[in-house]
Amino acid sequence: MNLTLRIWRQRTPEAPGAMTTYEVTGISEDMSFLEMLDHLNEELILSGDEPVAFDHDCREGICGACGMVINGRAHGPERTTTCQLHMRHFRDGDTIDVEPWRAAAFPVVKDLVVDRSAFDRVIGSGGYVSVPTGSAPEAHATPVPKAVADLAFEHAECIGCGACVAACPNGSAMLFTSAKVVHLNVLPQGAPERGSRVLDMVAAMDDEGFGGCTNTGECATACPKGIPLQSIAHMNREYLRAVVKGGRGR
Amino acid sequence: MALATRTARPPSLIGSVWRSTVGKKAVMAVTGLIMLAYLVAHMMGNLKVFFGAGEFNHYGHWIRTVGEPFLHREWFLWAARAALSVSVVLHGVAAYQLSRRDLAARPAKYAHKRPRASYATRTMRWGGVILGLFIVWHVLDLTTLTVNPNAQEGRPYENLVASFDRWYVSAFYIAAMLALGLHVRHGFWSAAQTLGAGSPRRDRALKFLANGLAALLTCGFIAIPVGVLTGVVS
Repeated sequence: MNLTLRIWRQRTPEAPGAMTTYEVTGISEDMSFLEMLDHLNEELILSGDEPVAFDHDCREGICGACGMVINGRAHGPERTTTCQLHMRHFRDGDTIDVEPWRAAAFPVVKDLVVDRSAFDRVIGSGGYVSVPTGSAPEAHATPVPKAVADLAFEHAECIGCGACVAACPNGSAMLFTSAKVVHLNVLPQGAPERGSRVLDMVAAMDDEGFGGCTNTGECATACPKGIPLQSIAHMNREYLRAVVKGGRGR
Repeated sequence: MALATRTARPPSLIGSVWRSTVGKKAVMAVTGLIMLAYLVAHMMGNLKVFFGAGEFNHYGHWIRTVGEPFLHREWFLWAARAALSVSVVLHGVAAYQLSRRDLAARPAKYAHKRPRASYATRTMRWGGVILGLFIVWHVLDLTTLTVNPNAQEGRPYENLVASFDRWYVSAFYIAAMLALGLHVRHGFWSAAQTLGAGSPRRDRALKFLANGLAALLTCGFIAIPVGVLTGVVS
């Protein structure tokens, strides 16, 4: 396959960036999107140019490190992570636009790399359960109904890649935050901090400069892990419940 | 040793709700639902225009006497007007503040453009502005009668017919009602999500209800200028 790539190049966080055109040849349809970029970077290095910077780690679709907006869609045309997107989903001769996640809370570091530490601070504000340390508790000490365990696991699948924020026209982190809140709030282990968790995480999310939710549904469409849009309704329910209960604790 | 816990007094509830994006959306949802409930009642009452001047004017008179003798004349009417005014203002202010925030949260646009979200969703902001301007004109025309060509106090039927007899007024009204339908189509479902009523099981029912309400309100309200222009109401 021969492709025309238009990639966002930006040397530093302060420097103005621009879409830059590259021609790549000899791309196999079995390559992942990242391998295709590796191929481009090898050619750029050989010709003495600066390679395109992008985040990646496991390349198995489970770490959440990679992510770029491909032809206007977070992680590209398929419901998967960029590392698991294969070139067979493109056609020979295609022009592909590659851009970084765009959000005020995710400043561009270089090229396609953005700073997602805002997510870490949201997690730090409530994405945990407080348990006494020591030996591991007996597994059957706290029974969890199957339906609840499934619901928690569905939300625990969030890998924090930021595709929801990138896809949202408001740069909102509601789907990410709701995945974390619902994951812990439905479990008995998360119950003691049920109210403070949702209030603190929503406050942290707002403080980071993410936008609000207008229920466009773009986030859930982009999510490579299939976190459902209804998670946001679930978090709103938890938020209002915590407000009615006076703000703190259960 | 006791664990350190937060003992500081939490900030005031109303203040923290209003400052949070989730809380502010909840305010928008509640005020939107208040206005929606009013619109359903408003439309049903207004359709009495098809039963003639006597019945419609009697209905207009009755609104002023609701609750008597417990309430004084027009107290119910003014209470409703106050609740609606507060709702419109809170809804608008919250929408403005959230929109400012949303636009600031996405300062750089994507070079690869594609339409995001449905038409009804994308037109919520400007559709809301149009509806706000429509309300101003609508009150000046048929409540205060400031710009009404007939302007007879206590004769709402004659005032309505005189206003809608001008085709451009009817056209503006119909356009505003189409905007209302789009606004309700996304707004009702969105309000249900915001208030936490959405769930995978209820999603289809909520969308059906949103579309049903939007179609009902739009068709019901549009029937009135159409009735006047076709001479069914005269």
